[in-house]
Formats: sequence, structure tokens, C-alpha cells
Amino acid sequence: MLELIVISTLNGVLFGMLLFLLSSGLTVIFSMMGVLNFAHASFYMLGAFFGYQLTRWIGFWPALVLAPLLVGVVGMAVERYGLRNTHRHGHVAELLLTFGLAFAIEEIVSMIWGKSPVDYRIPAALDFPAFTVFSTNYPAYKIFMLAISVSIFVALLIVLKKTRVGLIVQAALTYPTMVGHLGHNVGRVFMVVFGVGSALAGLAGVIAGPSLVTQSDMASLLGPILFVVIVFGGLGSLPGAFIASLLIGLIQTFAVALNGSLASAFGPLDPSLGPSVLTDIWNVTIAQIAPILPYVLLVLILIVRPMGLLGTRET
Amino acid sequence: MLEVRDLHAYYGKSHILQGVNLDIRAGEVVSLLGRNGVGRSTTVKAIMGEVAPQGIVRFKGRDIAGLPSHKIARCGLGYVPEHRDIFPGLTVRQNLLLGIKDVRRPGRWRIEGMLEMFPNLAARADTPAEVLSGGEKQMLTVCRTLMGDPELIMIDEPTEGLAPLIVQQVGDLIAKIAEAGVSILLVEQKLSIALRISHRVYLMGHGRIVFEGTPDELRANDEVRKQWLEV
Repeated sequence: MLELIVISTLNGVLFGMLLFLLSSGLTVIFSMMGVLNFAHASFYMLGAFFGYQLTRWIGFWPALVLAPLLVGVVGMAVERYGLRNTHRHGHVAELLLTFGLAFAIEEIVSMIWGKSPVDYRIPAALDFPAFTVFSTNYPAYKIFMLAISVSIFVALLIVLKKTRVGLIVQAALTYPTMVGHLGHNVGRVFMVVFGVGSALAGLAGVIAGPSLVTQSDMASLLGPILFVVIVFGGLGSLPGAFIASLLIGLIQTFAVALNGSLASAFGPLDPSLGPSVLTDIWNVTIAQIAPILPYVLLVLILIVRPMGLLGTRET
Repeated sequence: MLEVRDLHAYYGKSHILQGVNLDIRAGEVVSLLGRNGVGRSTTVKAIMGEVAPQGIVRFKGRDIAGLPSHKIARCGLGYVPEHRDIFPGLTVRQNLLLGIKDVRRPGRWRIEGMLEMFPNLAARADTPAEVLSGGEKQMLTVCRTLMGDPELIMIDEPTEGLAPLIVQQVGDLIAKIAEAGVSILLVEQKLSIALRISHRVYLMGHGRIVFEGTPDELRANDEVRKQWLEV
């Protein structure tokens, strides 16, 4: 049991930090521009495929740097030539643009790389067990993923809190027009933030790709959970996104690892032993409901606290 | 210094500004008066590029109509909107820091000087700015814009919703700004401050300028005041 807890906590924190790499960009972009970027998870997928392709051409380490940069450039182009021109037609148009973009990216990816998973592997240098907890070998690559996500988190925090650019970004989160009136080029700030946000999503893709499955449906699988995270944490709140990412990462990992069901909780008094139409429900395991847990959380938070954990505005 | 000629602006289909003309010369304090909804704020927003302007807006001889706001600000035009957009979560000092356009070229105003002028702000320099009172927020927004060293500052309804004592303080601050040689366009509804500190006043009605003159001329003209100001 202790072993399960240790391993699941590690995995949960890791999944949570990956979620944060994505949700941080999404939530910052949302509060600045008022646009929920439906294509954000697609940038994550692009990161994974760019990472895969570049790894084949030039190796994993250069790909680790180049692929996120490429995704960042794609993101900046989307902002500069797509969203900025759509902006004057209102939020619905912008939303539709990102919505369409998500489909377009998915189609393009499956046209180039096909619909089945690609062979994106953990680099040999990191393919060994880092340590052994009880009887489980914990892979070094997962520790590497954790280290990267944590250092990005720290770097992001320092840039936001300690630099002048960070100050301007923080101010633009609430009153972008006012920031413009003070003589700062808000358009450029938007473009850079969009680029950095996309690059972070791309980085998440590059490092998650070898560990999870790199496939053309990975964006549509992760996308909904991402929205749960930022709504749960409070739209526009970075600390909220951080807490929600970790929470949902942990909940999902633990739920998958646990094998209990309602029936087993009752032990010898198991109600499903008797004839009942509810037998199936009693015997559903926690692992089986793991995929819907985030959405249950979403519904709960919307009922109890519509602005999310640390949000300030109504969602 | 600022020339506005035949300025028009629209919100959707409604024609808000219908040919506004006004001038502000260097070192002048000018008030833009009128009832609610006649287009005073829109005039300032159109000058600042927040509302799309049609017509001529020239600042120091340069055509600035339709430029993005940050470029207009960098020409030396400061704008304090009426809704007091202080950045929550940032401290008073950080709010002031954001007013500086370029840290390598400091202007004539210093953060320390500002704080000396307003002991209330100084006491809370490092606390989040959202805890300030309405009057303190107003002082902060004006000071923040001053940090960008504007040559002309446009202040929209600085005394709205403030207690009489604070209104007095805002008036003193504006007088101090004028002493420093900054031109001022004050958008106001209350006559008291405007008539006390302005060199000239414009009166707006229905999207146009309906009266232009000195404060004394406005005081003397009962008919205009009755028609366009008093309820």
C-alpha cells in the first residue's frame, strides 16, 4: 500500500506538472485576450510530433530545444495573423478560429504522420531505472520530465514576479487597454505571451510524447481535461491553475491505481451479493470511473464556486 | 499643442461625436464640460485611439488620429480614464513603475517625489493597490500617468464619487501638475474645480462643442449654462 502511495504520488505530481505546463499558458492567454484557445492542446500535440521528427533527424537533445521554439513560432504567427485580425469581429469569431485551428492541426498531423502512434522513444541516455521503491523501478525519464516541468515553473515565476516584462504582463492580465495608454505595446506583449504559452505546450508535448502515446488524437484526448483544470482553478488565475493541475493530476493517478469498488468497501456485507438491479453499480471500480472524475469535479466547482478555486470572475 | 478638427466617432451605429473642434496650447489648463452622455469621455478616448476616430487629431504638429494607443502615449500624451484602472495584485509602487515608459530615460517625475507628495500612498507603497480608498486610487492613477512624463495629460472625471475634502486634494494635485508646465485637459461635470483652475473651458452638447471661452465668460453666460449644464 505504501509503495502504491509513493509511486502514485510521484506519477500524480508529474502528470499535474505536465498539465500545468499547458494550463499556465492557456489561462494567461485567456485573461489577457479574453479568448479561450481551443487549439492549445493542439500545440502540445505539435510539440510531440515535432519532437519525434526532429529526434529522428538530429537527435533528442537538440529536438528538446528546437521543437518548442518551432511551436512557439507557430503560436506567434497564429496570434499575429489570425487572432489579431479576427479580434475586431469579437470573441465569437476568435473562438471559432481557434476551434477550427484545432481540427485543422489534427488533420494536418494525421496527413503527415498517419493516424497510428509513431515510434517516439525515450532517449537511450535516460532509459534506465532511477531508483527502486520497494519492488518498483522508477524510470529516470519520468524524473527528467519532473525536473524539466519544475524548472520551467520556477523560471516562469521569476520572470513574472521579478522582471519588468513580467510586471507589464501581470498588469495586462486585468486592464490591457490601460497598459496601452501608459505607452506599452500591448499587441507585442500579446504576441510574445501567446508564443511563450504555445512553446510551453509544445515542450510538454516533446517530453510527454515518448512517455505517453504520440498519436494524432492526443490533443483531443487532453484538451477537455485542460479546460477542466483552468475552470476549476479559476479562469485567469495562475496559482489556481497550478493547484488545480496538481489536484487533478493526483486524483486521476490515484483513481487509476486504486482497485476498490463500493462493493468491496462493505466487505462481507456487500449488498451486491443479494439479487439487485444495482449489482453493476456496486461493482464499478474506482479505476473505471477515473476518466470521468475531473468532469465530476468541474460540475461540483461550478455549483459551489462558479469563479473557480482562486478565480475572481464568474466563468 | 493639441489640435482637434471635425472629429467624429461612432459606437456601433450611433453617431457619438459629430464634429468636435478643440485646441490646447502648451502650458494651458482646459476643461471639457457638459452633461452625462454628451460625448466628453468619447472625445478623449477618440484622441487616445481607444475609440476609432474620424477627423484630424494633431499633437505637436504630428497627425496621431488612428495610431495605436501606446504610440500616442509615447508622443507625450497622457490619459487617466475615469474608471481608475489600478492594477490589482500589484503594489502601489509597482503601479507607479508601470507608468514609466522607458526606464533608461527617466522623466521629470520621481516615484519618491510622488510618495512624498502623498503620505497616504507612501504608507502603503508596498501593499497591493486594491486596498486603497477611492480618492487614493484616483491620486495613484494620476501619478502613474505622470510617471510617463506626458506633456499633455487628459484626466477624465477625477472627482467623480469622491468626498468634498478629497475633491479639494485632487484639485490641488491638478494645480501642481499645471505648475510643472504640463498642459491639462480636464473632463468634468462639476463646475467648482474646473472654473477654479482652468484657463479656458469648452462646453459639449449632443456630440459637439456648444460653447468656448474663459471661466468668467461661462459664469456670466446664464443662458448657455442653463441650456447645457444645469438640470
